[in-house]
Amino acid sequence: MPATSPQSIFISGVKDIFPLVVAAMPFGLVFGAMGQAQGLADWVILSISIFVFAGASQFIAITMLATGAALPVIVLTVFIVNLRHMLYSVSLIPIVQGLTQKWRWPMAFALTDETFAVVYNKMSLSGAGAHQNLPIYYLGSAVFMYLNWILCTWIGILLGSQLPSLTSFGLDIAMVVTFIGIVVPNLKLPSHWICAITAAVSGLLTYQWPHQTGLLVSSLLAIVVGVMAENRLMKKSTLEGDSHE
Amino acid sequence: MNEMLLIAAMAAVTFIPRLLPFALASRLRLPKPMQQALSYVPIAILSVIIVQSIFYRNGALALHMTNPFLWSSLVAFITALIQKRLFVTISVGLLSYCMIKFWLLS
Repeated sequence: MPATSPQSIFISGVKDIFPLVVAAMPFGLVFGAMGQAQGLADWVILSISIFVFAGASQFIAITMLATGAALPVIVLTVFIVNLRHMLYSVSLIPIVQGLTQKWRWPMAFALTDETFAVVYNKMSLSGAGAHQNLPIYYLGSAVFMYLNWILCTWIGILLGSQLPSLTSFGLDIAMVVTFIGIVVPNLKLPSHWICAITAAVSGLLTYQWPHQTGLLVSSLLAIVVGVMAENRLMKKSTLEGDSHE
Repeated sequence: MNEMLLIAAMAAVTFIPRLLPFALASRLRLPKPMQQALSYVPIAILSVIIVQSIFYRNGALALHMTNPFLWSSLVAFITALIQKRLFVTISVGLLSYCMIKFWLLS
């Protein structure tokens, strides 16, 4: 087996998140330009990307700010939009178990949809017990994602209204196909399919709900339906197994 | 000053849910049903993000045959069913997107 240095593990994290970084670029640029268009000071826009670092909720926050929403309302909305990260964090607990708090804090700070997706994928490929390389892999992908987000926000601020309508290029197709490539191999049980189909239908129907609440509710619904389906199907197969004996 | 307060509050409510499970990881012993539910997290959340990104373009429902996201996602989906390598799924999906976009526009 080839010796894997920390550097090469870090780089493989960077490589694996690359398509997702590309997909995030237009959104970073648009966030910077949009903040400018709404008359926010440059340092405010950039600080949001540096200290909050949570794509969708940043857009919602500055849109609400422009419509004159009260501060507690904005903060509560951001909280709800980002609650799904808690599920990510719980799912990735096996990775941080051997680490000191000094490492856990920055890792938690940089936990996004994208980093979760690639790290979870790596974790399920490497199997139980082979988690010692994952923190460095995690940092590689998270740091790349973070620096790109700040840089794109900054360029967006500089370009301001000169920015072409970048989101219509459809660069986020890279995110869609990457997520498909991660989800599909994980559809191993019939209940996994039921969960995915529930998520898809519910996600379509709830898209127009305010502040991405549809994402959170649909995800929770799909998780509950998936678990119920698994328990039901398991029970059924054990009962059938008994009757054949 | 008001902006600093807003940024600090936003940072706090984003960071705390991300941190709590990590920070308490050593003390936390997850019950079996919880572990089972967690195995559905990536499928559930990523599936919602996928369909919403495919069918809502620029905030509007794009349920029509000329939506290039629809076709290239289908290609990526089939590719991922046939083989498991992520790199292959991404490459084939992106390539099909370029081809479909070129066709639909010309």
